[in-house]
Amino acid sequence: MDELDGNGAAGLLQEVFGTEMTVAAATCASCGAVALIGESGLYAGGPGTVIRCRSCDGVLVVITQVRGMHCVDLMGIRAIDMPLGNITSSGA
Amino acid sequence: MAITVERLDDGEVSPYLTEDVRVGDQLEMRGPVGGYFVWETADGGPLLLVAGGSGIVPLRAILRQREHTGSDVPVRLLYSARTLPELIYRDELDRHHDGVEVTYALTREQPAGWTGYARRVDRALLAETAWPAGKNPLAFVCGPTSFVETVAGGLVELGYEPGRVKTERFGGTGGR
Repeated sequence: MDELDGNGAAGLLQEVFGTEMTVAAATCASCGAVALIGESGLYAGGPGTVIRCRSCDGVLVVITQVRGMHCVDLMGIRAIDMPLGNITSSGA
Repeated sequence: MAITVERLDDGEVSPYLTEDVRVGDQLEMRGPVGGYFVWETADGGPLLLVAGGSGIVPLRAILRQREHTGSDVPVRLLYSARTLPELIYRDELDRHHDGVEVTYALTREQPAGWTGYARRVDRALLAETAWPAGKNPLAFVCGPTSFVETVAGGLVELGYEPGRVKTERFGGTGGR
């Protein structure tokens, strides 16, 4: 499966988190590396969307859709740093 | 608003957008989404834009933004495709003279009299065509995953600061 980057999940992440997330910096819970979500590895072809750390390949985020719900697993992220003033009011 | 669609035979959406949609049809849009692969005038430059195939699309948007805002940030664009017909927006790109240098590379076949490069983009070609790292350039690289890996890795080896090499991968389409 081809690896994309987190930019490809921008729409899904915006729907889940209500704001633009690709410029958020995630700290990997496995190895401690810090990278922007937009730069992290994205695997979108399987059942669910998986975002992985480029340093250690550890899973950062898994989002699946089950019975009309987004189910979001963030166990692989120790911290998220967001730029201030990044809140968007809608999808526009 | 303008969108660019590359038709993929086994695509889910692109065959519909390129064959079934008719003038007057209504489409519901959402977005734009994503704030990472974006250049604002205040980000400065010099800018290095490197495109593989339809990876030119977001880079063309950056060029348009630069023109729209009257920015004079110097730009080098390196654009690689397999064949001449696969170079999109060529007329528009050739019209840029105000501080935009455009270099083409055709990897598979070149027309008679072709004056651009006839090879793949690799570290050696980047060393020849990209801004020297000492100018502290800001790079945007968009294309198939393997292309982006080669270019981004090559730029960092040439001394580009990793945080100033922004990438957008669109998978294995195009079979390069």
